Amino acid sequence: MIAEIGLFSLILALVFASLLVIIPAIGLKTGKTELIDSAPIYVIGQFCFVAFAYVALTLCFLSNDFTVIYVLTNSSISLPWFYKLCAVWGGHEGSMLLWVAILSLWMLAVTLFSKKLENQFKTRVLIVLGALSVGFILFLLSTSNPFLRQFQVLDSQGRDLNPLLQDLGFLFHPPMLYMGYVGFSVAFAFAIAALWMGKLESNWTKWTRPWTLAAWCCLTAGITLGSWWAYRELGWGGWWFWDPVENASFMPWLVGTALIHSLAVSEQRRQFMAWTLLLAITAFSLSLIGTFLVRSGVLTSVHAFAVDPQRGTYILGFLLLVIGGSLLLFALRAQTLQRVENPALVSRESALLLNNVFLAVIMLTVLMGTVYPLLIDGLGLGKLSVGAPYFNAVFVPIMIPLLILMGLGIHLKWQRDSLNRIAIRLIAIAAMSIVVPLMLLILFANHINGYTLLGLTLAFWLILSTLKLLQIRIRQRGVNALGQAFLGMVVAHCGIAVTVIGIAVSTGYGVQDDVRMAPGSKAKLAGYTINFIEEKNLSGPNYHGAQATFTIDNGKEIKTIYPEKRIYNVGKMAMTESAIDVNPFRDIYVALGEPLDDTAWSVRLYFKPFIRWIWAGGFMVLAGGLLALTDRRYLINPGKKPVEAEGAPI
Amino acid sequence: MNPVRKRKLLLLLFILTVMALVIALVMYALRQNISLFYTPTQVAQGEVSGARAIRLGGMVVKNSIYHSPNDLSVTFKLTDFNKTVEVTYRGILPDLFREEQGIVAMGNVMDNKHFKATEVLAKHDANYMPPEVRDSLVKSGGKSVQ
Repeated sequence: MIAEIGLFSLILALVFASLLVIIPAIGLKTGKTELIDSAPIYVIGQFCFVAFAYVALTLCFLSNDFTVIYVLTNSSISLPWFYKLCAVWGGHEGSMLLWVAILSLWMLAVTLFSKKLENQFKTRVLIVLGALSVGFILFLLSTSNPFLRQFQVLDSQGRDLNPLLQDLGFLFHPPMLYMGYVGFSVAFAFAIAALWMGKLESNWTKWTRPWTLAAWCCLTAGITLGSWWAYRELGWGGWWFWDPVENASFMPWLVGTALIHSLAVSEQRRQFMAWTLLLAITAFSLSLIGTFLVRSGVLTSVHAFAVDPQRGTYILGFLLLVIGGSLLLFALRAQTLQRVENPALVSRESALLLNNVFLAVIMLTVLMGTVYPLLIDGLGLGKLSVGAPYFNAVFVPIMIPLLILMGLGIHLKWQRDSLNRIAIRLIAIAAMSIVVPLMLLILFANHINGYTLLGLTLAFWLILSTLKLLQIRIRQRGVNALGQAFLGMVVAHCGIAVTVIGIAVSTGYGVQDDVRMAPGSKAKLAGYTINFIEEKNLSGPNYHGAQATFTIDNGKEIKTIYPEKRIYNVGKMAMTESAIDVNPFRDIYVALGEPLDDTAWSVRLYFKPFIRWIWAGGFMVLAGGLLALTDRRYLINPGKKPVEAEGAPI
Repeated sequence: MNPVRKRKLLLLLFILTVMALVIALVMYALRQNISLFYTPTQVAQGEVSGARAIRLGGMVVKNSIYHSPNDLSVTFKLTDFNKTVEVTYRGILPDLFREEQGIVAMGNVMDNKHFKATEVLAKHDANYMPPEVRDSLVKSGGKSVQ
């Protein structure tokens, strides 16, 4: 019964989404204001029914309704209740429902928090979002109905959620990631609405920027959590694999980052308008491509749970329509929106343009590596795979100039500046950022790793240069007049530097050892003695296995950790639960490999210095984004006369 | 040339230079870092040179896994139901590695019967078969696979 209510709600949501597209559009055409003003009602309707559907599916999970195929394949009686809540999005159908639910949530947010938007404009934004909802709800209903029933298997215990997904990280990672993916739809809709109007309100950037920042923050959080989850669950200690699915989330992030920066130029200087619109379109297009890559099963990766050509065809068609259509609209209309002013070659505009070029180039190289195997396979030239070494070889050389630029660009003035002035200001910092890391490595490390030194130099340059600017601003304006957006930039840029430090040190000085150990034996790792104390049987709600006790002895104190090997009862799937001794400066990571004979195990030991800094940096970037988001100029109605439209209406 | 044109030209030249450099970098990195996928039959027929790392996909033969008692060396046989290749590997096998499971080994061909793996991949759940492996199993026609 509940499943049918869910399905029915979803159909009603489709009706509301369709009405949202049709009725206000007629209103815009005929100029009837009551039709235009009805848009929010349909948004609320769509939201309520999608929410009903989502709750219905959740209830199916909680009540173990295994006649629903999706519940059967993604849950089991013995699954703990909180994992049942996230099993809702553990498979293809449910994750698409989550996508639609989040889209509806963003739409509701736009309706509620955009009171000051001009009605004509806001309605167009909602129509665009409504059209996207129609596409996705139709996709759900026609190819991936989560409420589908079966009556062959009746006495099932359920096939259980993929054990990889039974982890704390999975509670937050997918919803955050989707909030980010789908959030770019708002910036996209703002861009399309502006192109549709054929004119750009002077406040357009001011309206778009907080929405973009919000989506970008969610995506940042999602990626950081995902990396942390991979480290604990998948990775045998790896934290980024250049897996196609990771790339699918990283590409929109790169473009989103470029978008935030180009929006800054558009807002402050009224430059790069067309480019900003293009980025807004690209960011969302990449989110859609990400969905396509992951959901169509084209790519083989741990996340690709769907292998179904019909879905692939639908998404491909939808992609072509949305991306092709919006790019066409852009090509037709964008020129009329440009205003050309010419800042000097050395200026903050140029630095931000350069930043955009670098970010776009990185995105393209990642895209290239991700789709190259597909292209070759599609052309019938053989099967191959592009591994992590490709991405590292390309990514690192492009990041170096970008990091240098980050330290330089923030000091430049708008419109015109001189390199001499900057050179005088920063020369001491440049020298320090070479000398200090070198000293630190000489003092604290037994050998000097060239890559780590390079990474540390870049990170120190970035942090010192950013703090220098902070100091100058405080001296000029005082602490209270800095502005949240500026502080956000400081925190986020330092966060990038912290991540760079984490990557440089953990890669350069990490130690890995695979050893054969039995209870009673010990191993040496980077100055620590690791003892295998004992092994005992383990039984959990839906798994059994072995739990080992290890102690880590650094000569002064002894820590005890408990790595596990779990066998999940339903799929008979083995899972390694690593145990990690954490402190801010290093992780000791112990994972059980496989039993070799009666007592011995293969054991993987890691010493990872500074690895926590990678995620700490990610969360600092997030904090920076949140700070900028709460800047006063977005929260308080500016109250100034805003109507100074640009470009010619067509 | 007026300054606006000059600036635009400079910008264009700059972007073209960056693009050229990046394309060169991408081509180089792709050439170095792609690994082609082969089947045990192709290895057994001597189609693969040992100079470059490749990916070898197939099914792990039942009762063929042998762990060394002294260290973490392991050998197992990989088949496409037509020809079989013996794989040696030193290290920890992934959780989903087991008999009669489709896996992908990365490494170098030693001779027509032996393969030295540097990495063994067996992701995904128990019902999953990497598409390359499935294709190669279907191609060699030994057995129909789900």
